[in-house]
Amino acid sequence: MNQTNNYLKMDLLRFTTAGSVDDGKSTLIGRLFHDTKSIFEDQLDAIERSSKQKGDEHVNLALLTDGLRAEREQGITIDVAYRYFATPKRKFIIADTPGHIQYTRNMVTGASTANLALILVDARNGVIEQTKRHTFIADLLGIKHVAVCINKMDLVDYDQGAYEKILNQFTDFASRLENVTDLTFIPISALKGDNVVECSENMPWYKGAPLLYHLENVYVGSDFNHIDARFPVQWVIRPHSDKHHDFRGFGGRVAGGVFKKGDEVVVLPSGFTTKIKSILQSEKEVDEAFHPQSVTILLEDEIDVSRGDMLVKPNNQPNISQDLDARICWFSGTKKLTQGTKCLFRQTTKEAQVIVSSINYKVDVNSLRKNEEDLEFSMNDVGRVKLRVSQPIFYDTYRRNRNTGSFILVDPFTNETLAAGMLR
Amino acid sequence: MYNYNLTHLEQLESEAVFILRETAAQFERPGLLFSGGKDSIVMAHLASKAFSPARIPFPFVHIDTGHNFPETIDFRDQFIEKLGVELIVGSVQDSINRGTAVEETGRNTSRNALQSVTLLETIDKESFDACLGGGRRDEEKARAKERFFSHRDAFGQWDPKNQRPELWNLFNGRKNPGENFRVFPLSNWTEMDIWQYTKLENIELPSLYFAHDREVFERNESLLAVTDFISLQDQEEFSIKTVRFRTIGDATCTGAVESQADSLDAVINEVAASRITERGSRADDQRSEAAMEDRKKQGYF
Repeated sequence: MNQTNNYLKMDLLRFTTAGSVDDGKSTLIGRLFHDTKSIFEDQLDAIERSSKQKGDEHVNLALLTDGLRAEREQGITIDVAYRYFATPKRKFIIADTPGHIQYTRNMVTGASTANLALILVDARNGVIEQTKRHTFIADLLGIKHVAVCINKMDLVDYDQGAYEKILNQFTDFASRLENVTDLTFIPISALKGDNVVECSENMPWYKGAPLLYHLENVYVGSDFNHIDARFPVQWVIRPHSDKHHDFRGFGGRVAGGVFKKGDEVVVLPSGFTTKIKSILQSEKEVDEAFHPQSVTILLEDEIDVSRGDMLVKPNNQPNISQDLDARICWFSGTKKLTQGTKCLFRQTTKEAQVIVSSINYKVDVNSLRKNEEDLEFSMNDVGRVKLRVSQPIFYDTYRRNRNTGSFILVDPFTNETLAAGMLR
Repeated sequence: MYNYNLTHLEQLESEAVFILRETAAQFERPGLLFSGGKDSIVMAHLASKAFSPARIPFPFVHIDTGHNFPETIDFRDQFIEKLGVELIVGSVQDSINRGTAVEETGRNTSRNALQSVTLLETIDKESFDACLGGGRRDEEKARAKERFFSHRDAFGQWDPKNQRPELWNLFNGRKNPGENFRVFPLSNWTEMDIWQYTKLENIELPSLYFAHDREVFERNESLLAVTDFISLQDQEEFSIKTVRFRTIGDATCTGAVESQADSLDAVINEVAASRITERGSRADDQRSEAAMEDRKKQGYF
């Protein structure tokens, strides 16, 4: 019974990791899995077998996450892999993103749903270009919690000075970040297990908690926006049955704030005002709904509401505009973005047409310098643009609300996802 | 100050309901792939929640190898009747009779791979533009790379190296004629999540998941059930053992495990203590390291 009672109280932490082959990321994930008993025997057998086949000296834990044939053949990670493990306290979803090919695209994707970013720094090398790039992208995607693991401490004799030097380097550069509010440094050795699950006896000078404890306890509940009530209508539920003859419910996921039974709401774009008659969680009536719950809302008055509309409160309305200012990350390997590019725009449950009215600048993700000369976006480019949309968009700044401040651009012919964007 | 935190199961439920509604909204003719296994039962349960009090707005689809445990089919038919949805059966035997699929020959044959042929034929015949599947990323390493909305080209093929990035809650289900999608609302669930949710929501499961006495024999380190579809080879002997199944698939390749777990609580305790993944008893996955990836590229679930 205990097994179940605990399980039903667990919450969820989504975090992203990024890194290249040699910084020990796979070893760290392998260590977390191993020490929380999340690797199964048959999985371990399978990777032992293929490590041996390839002539590797050690069991290559990277094979655990590199699931595709091409990845194993080339020894690289191609795509974001999602991994799961749990402790009695929390369930964890790791978006494990590769460091090389399409690195920005993958890191942006992994970071878009994460609460925390785990950044690895090799204690011998200190803060390098890649460290800055990872941190910049985590910040760009609005991640508030960053855990910097200074790894391979065993190779610098667990020296406090080496750790502090990196801490200072990092703090220096982190002062330029916009969104990160919680920066935690942990000296570890993923290989030896120091400060991963258990406190290390090799570094008595470190007074903080080991990594797993931090992951289990970091508070992310207040990261969600519970102030600005936003309900993008996703699907209209009409049963067409005798029993529920007049039933018209609006299905959707609360994108921000709290909605209560009896609340006055405005329907956008029509502007009609009405009250919430009831809120259903499937068949069960509830008093209130908040992000990220999926619910069905019934309204007092019969007014025209359809997918793409948004329910908000009269005294707290989102920005409404056809002209948008955004930061984007370009994903497409075949198409480029320039001034005048036309494509499709998707935000919440809305789809519209869009044209790029101007390009302000690109950012070099390695040096973090702005480039105002070369204004053509290729794959992995990040920068700031102005957009003109074919209809008014209801949005908040991405900083205020990830759900109503984010969008993607889609190619109307190939249908590929061209870019991710964050509104300002 | 109110507590606006959700437990992880509540978050997973909310996410799955969102994906199910998004599928109804973005596609013209979705179908829900229903095998009678626990994942598809949980998915069906979530679908009935997503559209309540209306009926689930798409038919259920069973790709039938013909090699079923009778318990699965009985359960399927009762379940479908209770929900009041339409059931479409795509039969592997029909594909074989038509000559579009050819039965494997030799040792350890299975109709598992042939299901892809029948699935693609059914998608074609019924003009489905999206098929909801109960696949989870924790099941298998190729599945760990799957999207929620997974694109398939006009040949039903999956191109794992060239998938659309999925960000935030924005799912791109746009496609050209002839192409379709597989949609996986349970992507982020683990085996344990499925079991705990089943208990929490009081969801009924087929009896095969619980310990029972059955005639079994050992082949390739798996315990296979004695059925009409499989013949014992030299030196193989059957015996009666108390077993249960961790997954339910084609009776010729789904292995049983010895177990005394005859209730949900007992199963949950067993899953928590288990050191072998649930697909560890699936002969279809053990054919090669990339068995699942190869089948998925050809249109498998």
